[in-house]
Amino acid sequence: MMDASVVPAVEVEDLTVAYTGSPVLWDLDLQVAPGTRTAIVGPNGAGKSTLIKAVMGLVEPVAGAVRIFGKPGREVRGSIAYVPQRATLEWDFPTDVLDVVTMGTYGRLGWFKRPGPSESAIAEAALEQVEMSSFAHRPIAQLSGGQQQRILLARALAQNAEIYLLDEPFQGVDAPTERAIVRVLDDLATAGRTVVVVHHDLQTVAEYFTHVALLNVRIIAAGPVSTTFTEDNLRLTFGGRVGVLAARTARGD
Amino acid sequence: MEIFGDWTLRVVALGAGLLGAVSGFLGSFAVLRRQSLLGDALSHAALPGIALAFLITGSKATVPILVGAAVTGWLGTLVVRLIVQRSRVPYDAALGLVLSVFFGLGLVLLTVIQKRPDAAQAGLETYLFGQAAALLRADVIVMAAVAAVVLLVLMLAWKEMKVLTFDRAYGESLGLPMARLDGLVTALLVVTIVLGLQTVGVVLMSAMIVAPGAAARQWTRRLGSMVTVAAAIGVGAGVSGAVLSSIVPRLPTGPTIVLILSGVVGVSLLMAPERGLVWRRLQLGRLRGRPRQEPVLMHLHALSLQHPDDPDHGHEVSVLRTMSPADIDVETALTALAERGLAASDDRGLWSPTELGRREAQRTLARLDLGDNR
Repeated sequence: MMDASVVPAVEVEDLTVAYTGSPVLWDLDLQVAPGTRTAIVGPNGAGKSTLIKAVMGLVEPVAGAVRIFGKPGREVRGSIAYVPQRATLEWDFPTDVLDVVTMGTYGRLGWFKRPGPSESAIAEAALEQVEMSSFAHRPIAQLSGGQQQRILLARALAQNAEIYLLDEPFQGVDAPTERAIVRVLDDLATAGRTVVVVHHDLQTVAEYFTHVALLNVRIIAAGPVSTTFTEDNLRLTFGGRVGVLAARTARGD
Repeated sequence: MEIFGDWTLRVVALGAGLLGAVSGFLGSFAVLRRQSLLGDALSHAALPGIALAFLITGSKATVPILVGAAVTGWLGTLVVRLIVQRSRVPYDAALGLVLSVFFGLGLVLLTVIQKRPDAAQAGLETYLFGQAAALLRADVIVMAAVAAVVLLVLMLAWKEMKVLTFDRAYGESLGLPMARLDGLVTALLVVTIVLGLQTVGVVLMSAMIVAPGAAARQWTRRLGSMVTVAAAIGVGAGVSGAVLSSIVPRLPTGPTIVLILSGVVGVSLLMAPERGLVWRRLQLGRLRGRPRQEPVLMHLHALSLQHPDDPDHGHEVSVLRTMSPADIDVETALTALAERGLAASDDRGLWSPTELGRREAQRTLARLDLGDNR
């Protein structure tokens, strides 16, 4: 499936994660090649967010390993940018947009150092990329859902990371936001960055991504969209109830 | 002023003020992290520690008693964490469980102690509601030291505290030591609560932690100003409570401080600009007046666009009424629009938008077009 000489950007090996005893991810293997755009697709409760968190080292696996460019995940934390689900955050927090985006530079700053003009400049450039420059000094409590999503993306861009992990960035956003995110994903691909996205909308998988990983506690299938995103694989992933969706997706191809 | 010459009052006021400052600093973060109940659980969990320390040492010496309070308070947070990790009981329920079980245990122990024949136990129950008048110079020095440590942590790790509070998982993903900082903040909170037990007591200490932050959030838009305002509110309530209770005979210090704080919270919830209930009600009223006119103005504008060569072409009220949703009183809306100079009627009772009205309608259209769905 992948050229053996290329070191995968993300390599997951025999990963098992369990919450209060029951496994959420079961003996999972996955390789993500550098510079690809991969969608992680699966039904609710399939462990998609958990997989992202395990790659980030945010959850402790029962077994298995995660390697980033061949190194253990913990050693290279700064090289991965994480975009959490916006609904998991408390947005009634007293700060403005620019301040949140500047958080993307904190990892590089190290302890005790405060962000200065150069960090602000990085944050402003990131805001520009998601077309939110005019919102820099808006309190974050006054943002719409789509705007929240875009500033979380800008925060990740400010990290200038090699790998971007996005957890459901298209969930419940408006059309301008969806376009802005897709444009950013294109820019990242052009720059040779690796992007992994937990994705819900089966109809846009082929349009937005080069690779797909079909997940349901285990990896059902993973590889290029053209060969992997098939009706048979989708049925294996979602069970029988995907019929309508799969038919539509096949027509879309 | 004469009363400030009073040595005891000075010690009490200083102690209460410092306690208010630290509570404001740490409480702001607790409030933002929705951990208000943590302070509650912690302070109630301290009671059995106080009783046990007395049972073991047989004296009311401050240090062992506070150590006992800190130990069971800390134990309380550990039990909460264990419950959340090992079971499906949610965080708030776990806090409630620990709070009531530990507090109940503390009351049982206190009752047992009070039934004992020796007189040494007299006064142990002051830890329930605090006894600020008994504050010593040494207590104030310890409080000042804690306040200094808290300030130092906030200054050195400000951005880490901000990430921890807003998005802990993201902070971890950046490689920032979130778990260690969280542990440090919780430890400082335990120390603050234990110190506060002498002043305001087990029962009221949680209000001391939550109230300054909750009030300050109403008035501020930045974390820095929120924390500063919270500390100022804490100092103000602490000092004024101490002074007030020294002027008015038999007025207890701790409850007075908490009552003042509650008053500040009440005023803040009601009156603060942007977030206050009164302000929002006023704003809502203003908005309510508007959307009932806006659709009518938009229709009027749409109708006038059909007569580009005659922008002042008049339109029947009945036409506007059929175009508008049923819940809009078209005549009232037109009158209101006329008052604002946005629409005008001619001598036949036909309506058209004014130049101002056309511009207003175009602005509304532009706003909708931007997809600015605030």
